[in-house]
Amino acid sequence: MPTQRTGDMASRAPTSAPPVSFRTSPEESELLAALRRGDEAAFSRLVVTHHNALLRVARLYVGSHTVSEEVVQETWLGVLKGLDRFEGRCSLKTWIFQVLINRAKTRGERESRMIPFSAMFDAQSDPGEPAVDPSQFNENDPEWPGGWMTQPRDWGKTPEQVLLSQELRAVVQSAIETLPPNQKEVITLRDVQGWTSEEVCNILGVRETNQRVLLHRARSKVRQILDQYFAAR
Amino acid sequence: METNANDMSCKELVELVTDFLEGALSPADRRRFELHIVKCDWCKIYIDQIRLTIKVAGKLSEDSIPPRVQSELLAVFRDWKKG
Repeated sequence: MPTQRTGDMASRAPTSAPPVSFRTSPEESELLAALRRGDEAAFSRLVVTHHNALLRVARLYVGSHTVSEEVVQETWLGVLKGLDRFEGRCSLKTWIFQVLINRAKTRGERESRMIPFSAMFDAQSDPGEPAVDPSQFNENDPEWPGGWMTQPRDWGKTPEQVLLSQELRAVVQSAIETLPPNQKEVITLRDVQGWTSEEVCNILGVRETNQRVLLHRARSKVRQILDQYFAAR
Repeated sequence: METNANDMSCKELVELVTDFLEGALSPADRRRFELHIVKCDWCKIYIDQIRLTIKVAGKLSEDSIPPRVQSELLAVFRDWKKG
């Protein structure tokens, strides 16, 4: 990676000042400087931005909410202790989540849980399930071969208050819980946390194509479960 | 209705929705995809279902942080500052 090389050169530069960041944005450099001088408001902002996401991501690797809270607490401490050494080879956010994921995985391994490595997923060797049950399509339709047997349910007719309801969120949350760990990992970061595919690939060490396949399977499955929910309403 | 072997079927489209939304389709497939949804309202409904799924998932991250947690972490920060 060419960017890596830039970072290495920077770390060898003879300077006593905190290392200059290459990948961090101006706002982030400002935030870093504020944190390093002990600005509480800056730290609070960082906590508000990332705390819940950290808990959510930690929970992917450890067995209970209590343990994930401990891991996140350790992560914040680790981040503070590492601030002066942070060289800005990646964004502050990426770094914080790397610290978290390393700790959460270590804890998960100690709990002897299977740790989800989407990095080890290979779309080529894992065909997965179809996004939609094949019986929903008519292969023999002369006009539209492989077309829908019946019209998909129009969720768009669902009242807005249902779409925004706590109940619907709970349905999606529990649908995500049922996914295989590597799909859960990707959909949590992409769709729940709203990260870009680049960020997700960086943090999880997964190739973009594989990330997209995992996301596709996760979304398709969650859609199916939501559709069953709408059918039963 | 004229169909030919190059046309995208609904069954094929549902497997390409994510690639479409991610902008990862080849230009040729993107064109086949777009041609299909011009003609197929049912697939448009399907794509809307996927969009809504993404939207509701995004709502899950809107919880706020309990004040207790905020103050505990500020205490950690103050300790760190003292060195």
